[in-house]
Amino acid sequence: MNFGPYSFLTLFAFAGVVFAIAPLAIAWLWARAFSPRKSGPIKNANYECGLESQATGWVQFQSEYYLYGIVFLIFDVETVFLLPFATAFKGLSFGACAAMLIFILLLVEGLVWLCVKGVLARK
Amino acid sequence: MIDEGLRNELSRQGVVTTTMEELYNWGRKNSLWPLQFGLACCAIEMIATSMARFDIARFGAEVFRPSPRQADLMIVAGTVTKKMAPQIVRLYNQMPEPKYVIAMGVCAISGGPFKEGYNVLKGIDRYIPVDVHIPGCPPRPEALLQALMTLQEKIDHQHLTGEKRARHLDAAAPGEFPIPEFGKHDLEPPNNPALWQPPPMMRTE
Repeated sequence: MNFGPYSFLTLFAFAGVVFAIAPLAIAWLWARAFSPRKSGPIKNANYECGLESQATGWVQFQSEYYLYGIVFLIFDVETVFLLPFATAFKGLSFGACAAMLIFILLLVEGLVWLCVKGVLARK
Repeated sequence: MIDEGLRNELSRQGVVTTTMEELYNWGRKNSLWPLQFGLACCAIEMIATSMARFDIARFGAEVFRPSPRQADLMIVAGTVTKKMAPQIVRLYNQMPEPKYVIAMGVCAISGGPFKEGYNVLKGIDRYIPVDVHIPGCPPRPEALLQALMTLQEKIDHQHLTGEKRARHLDAAAPGEFPIPEFGKHDLEPPNNPALWQPPPMMRTE
């Protein structure tokens, strides 16, 4: 038989697969031979903090909070732009400064709109 | 089964012989993973045992698991209040077989200084099978290590087959134990009759 220069890779791949599967197979066979399954409703419960599950996990959440989340994200990201703007303020041209001010104005406008719409009011 | 004399002869010649049972028990006893939970001051000693000075890792038991699904050993470290008892039994039920329990400290084994109190369980062995009891208030880390070694010895002598096989290999032995519920005055039932019976009351004149 003639072996190519890369044929040992096949051997390694085979050995790797056996190395991964053999312990699992031995454990499975061992369990089949010796240890009986002992499952039950308490053992199979999905909550594992010692307490009993009170209800199902499929409940409805109020979706209003998502607006807070988006607003927070927008102004959080705005900070990333504000910091370099503040440090480079003295060296900026008039055009760059005006562009930044328009950017901030747009966001402030959005904030005012949200405020008028009553999203920021505590309920 | 290999003859004991032949086995000694072989080991003198540098040939190690073993059985499946011994290999299995050797692996199990040296990789006990405790459940990570503490109930009271005994837990501080348990934490000390797991740290560098006492180093429970020497016995292969340093991997404290935060989930009962991955734990082999429950160290009931501290006072078991009646409010906590159902949770402990539920956690024990959720541990996979084989599972072992060390009751650490006088509170866990009998209620200890709170035995006369109204809200403390008088020993966790009323609800779950305890393998090793350690007295002490709290027991020193050496005592916990001693308990672990005692448990390892117990595991080492467990059988795979036959009448005296280990509890987890016996299909008839229960894997789940009933969880007590809060009754009007006490936990219902006050103990698991299959595991623990109150000692008979004797009147002496």
